[in-house]
Amino acid sequence: MAYHHFVLPFSIGMAALFAILMVKFTIWIVKLESVDKRLIRKNLFSVKTLDAMGEVFMESLLHRKIFRKNPMLGYMHMSLAFGWFLLILFGNFQAQFYTRTMLHPPYFPIFFNFFVTTSEEYLFKASFEFLMDLFLLIVLTGLFIAISKRFYSRIVGLKKTTKLKFFDKLALTSLWFIFPLRLLAESFTSGLYNNGDFLTGSLGSFFARHLMVEKLALPAWWGYSLALGFFFVALPYSRYMHIPAEVLLIFLRKYGVRTRREFTSYSDIEVRSCSRCGICIDACQINNALGINNIQSVYFLRSIRERSVGDEKLFTCMLCGRCENICPVGIQLSDLRMTQRNKNGVQNTSTYDFLVPPKYKVADVLYFAGCMTHLTPAIKKSMLKIFDIAGVNYYFMDSDKEACCGRPLIQSGHYENAAKLMEYNKKLIRQSKAKVLVTSCPICYKTFKEDYKLNIHVMHHTEYILKLVEVGILLLEKGDSKVVYHDPCELGRGLGIYEEPRILLNKVARLLHPDEERENAFCCGGSLGSFNLSTQQRNIIRDDALAKLMKPNPDKLITACPLCKKTFSKGTKVQVLDIAELVAASVIVPEAKKALDMQKHETVLVE
Amino acid sequence: MTKKVAIIGGGIAGMEAASVLSRMDIEVLLIEKRQQLGGHVGEWDHLFPNFRPASEITRSLLNALQNNNIKICANTVVTGIARKAGLFEVKTNQNQNFKVDGILLATGFDLFDAHKKEEYGYGIYENVITSADLEKKLKGGNVLTTASGCVPKRIAMIHCVGSRDEKAGYFHCSRVCCITAVKQAIEIRQKLPNVEIFCFYMDLRMYGKGFEEIYREAQEKWGIQFVRGRLSEAGENIDGGLQIKSEDTLSGRPLKMIVDMIVLMVGMVPAESTSQMAKMLGIHLSGDGFIAHDDVHFGSNITNVPGIFTAGTITSPMTISDTIADARSAALKICEYIA
Repeated sequence: MAYHHFVLPFSIGMAALFAILMVKFTIWIVKLESVDKRLIRKNLFSVKTLDAMGEVFMESLLHRKIFRKNPMLGYMHMSLAFGWFLLILFGNFQAQFYTRTMLHPPYFPIFFNFFVTTSEEYLFKASFEFLMDLFLLIVLTGLFIAISKRFYSRIVGLKKTTKLKFFDKLALTSLWFIFPLRLLAESFTSGLYNNGDFLTGSLGSFFARHLMVEKLALPAWWGYSLALGFFFVALPYSRYMHIPAEVLLIFLRKYGVRTRREFTSYSDIEVRSCSRCGICIDACQINNALGINNIQSVYFLRSIRERSVGDEKLFTCMLCGRCENICPVGIQLSDLRMTQRNKNGVQNTSTYDFLVPPKYKVADVLYFAGCMTHLTPAIKKSMLKIFDIAGVNYYFMDSDKEACCGRPLIQSGHYENAAKLMEYNKKLIRQSKAKVLVTSCPICYKTFKEDYKLNIHVMHHTEYILKLVEVGILLLEKGDSKVVYHDPCELGRGLGIYEEPRILLNKVARLLHPDEERENAFCCGGSLGSFNLSTQQRNIIRDDALAKLMKPNPDKLITACPLCKKTFSKGTKVQVLDIAELVAASVIVPEAKKALDMQKHETVLVE
Repeated sequence: MTKKVAIIGGGIAGMEAASVLSRMDIEVLLIEKRQQLGGHVGEWDHLFPNFRPASEITRSLLNALQNNNIKICANTVVTGIARKAGLFEVKTNQNQNFKVDGILLATGFDLFDAHKKEEYGYGIYENVITSADLEKKLKGGNVLTTASGCVPKRIAMIHCVGSRDEKAGYFHCSRVCCITAVKQAIEIRQKLPNVEIFCFYMDLRMYGKGFEEIYREAQEKWGIQFVRGRLSEAGENIDGGLQIKSEDTLSGRPLKMIVDMIVLMVGMVPAESTSQMAKMLGIHLSGDGFIAHDDVHFGSNITNVPGIFTAGTITSPMTISDTIADARSAALKICEYIA
């Protein structure tokens, strides 16, 4: 049997890696919440498993999402991951074809060119030799980009790359050495035996002419094996743990497991799946506009791993979701931050007994303006005008500024207190027997939609107005003003409402498009999410976002969130309006209200 | 040869500086973008602390401008200033081209745009007006009424609208609004003896000569009530009444009140023309957006650009008395420079 002492570092490292991974994976799975375990049991033998395998292939090996962000960065990750994968896969095929058996020691394919030096024929020999050289070349080009990225991150489209810890550096260095050493070892051996393909062969004959390859070959194989062994042992304790963790993450996510309010074993897997690619740093406005570059998700996740989550990392974030949107691993970055806020939050002790029992009225539609809308009364007034013109049977449930939706409390981790306010609103909603709840504030909207578990239809006014227009209750007149639409974080990235406002705006104005919109829209800077940013810092973020939004030179800036409106209107001379205001100003008032078809109202309520 | 100075801005600062310089035998070009001289004071009815008609001020300043050394360029906007051989070349939208030895900037302030404080409902609720709107109504001489033509029974005056309000973008105190509120409240009471007036303030800054006296008079003689608390928001009832929410921070209680009219005491903010002018001339602005002085104590009227001076509220909010004093000192500084 083929054996040489130099295979030991690799073999020991490999065995250690498998043992550690087995232990880690077992602990993770055992510690999962029982609901999550039920999900796994339910979905394990379903198409979801196949689905997950597909995603592992697309994301863990091909890195499709990183490709989308930047082809160069994508190629770097793909060539390293997929290239290496192909080397292993085809190396195994090659070994199998050569030995004509499935049974060979695990190191045999890895060091195939050391052990097999004769010109003995086997099936597809030439093709294998060519492919193995090709794959090695692909990996090496990726490695070249990776090393360049360390020194000059802009070539992969990143302004900032992650700062590394000592242990990561060691793993990284050994990774850097693996493939150049493999190239050297294979080339030296090729030079010695005058074989090898286009890469190792030609390099080998070059070395044979100029160097004493017979003395260099064995040390190079030792070096290659050592680099591999060291990398394998370092992997579970370095950033490269993200590779196996992400595979597990993809499967669990496909089965429906999620991070909810508490930090669970699944959350831990998410945290470990972060590849520290640094894409989130580049997406973060706090970095781009303020130059604060130590609180971004990549560092936040690291602080969870190191149990050093501080207030700065926790409460500076605006929770705008830009990083989550762009994260190639799909980690629930905002939810993970919330799990930590919950832990750190000091519960206040208010009983909320100052709330008088809710007044209610039976109505088809409930309107909840929300506190921010009360501070931007033009929006409220426009909505009431729209309800009136449309002849809707509605009840304005917080006309006297009753209970808050609860979101600010949730945002700061005060779930128990939030629950008291939510119970108050739920009672009112139940009593009103309404079929639709319309909110003007995307922050309230998300809360009612996701946290209240209501059995009535919750709509943001953008969706609701569009419905009224679509069924013909509301007639609009197209004006000639040029407008730009700003996607509020909560409405866009939060709930995926991108189309409705655009359809509506195209009906009343000329819609211009800024460079960054929809999923990539900026946060206005007014976010409730951050507790640490000063007004001046928020203003810088706001002005930065405004400058980019105003590039198409619109007459009006339209948004669909009272907080965005309030924030932006203080930073520009251009008129800032909520979409409801623009619509209310463009409504054609029908001659006779009675002409309105009751049937149409029914449609809105039912859908 | 007579020296020449261009004064940009024909408000009270520019007018006073022009007349002082002209009496020192310096030729003055007084450039005003509007038809009329007098600036904001020209639109005011009566002045604190002695209820003197504002027209007296503008009239006496105008009379002092009857001097052969002064050339008034109304409806004129400066479009460019270039430095050439120790002189400034001033270009205007009227295609004029003046060569002058020194420049005095007196472009004043803008009133805070109350629309930006949307929660107070200006431009949304009919019965929310600003202190400047009120002054116009008082100047018109008609009885003060609500939008529906009724005599108001209860009025709230809100201090610090756009001043000392970081979120509104202005950190500074506008210095004249507290005393203006006192003055306007007394005037309303004089005209409408049955109206109740509530002033909502953060603190009252009665620093000037005669200020404390009329503040006391407002309470003792006119029964005006002062509530320490900032207005959080205003809402409108179906009948046009306004519901205000605040906190009485002295008694520590939340407060809800229905009033017929809200007067927003809008602050003084840097004029838009100031930042344009500063950019054109390379003049430094301080963090509040007004023009900066390099020396807090000795630097008044002096900018970082030699030959360019300032007078009046272009550097910070000022009362009329302070503006006149500042204009005189500016005239002296510019005179020293060109001599």
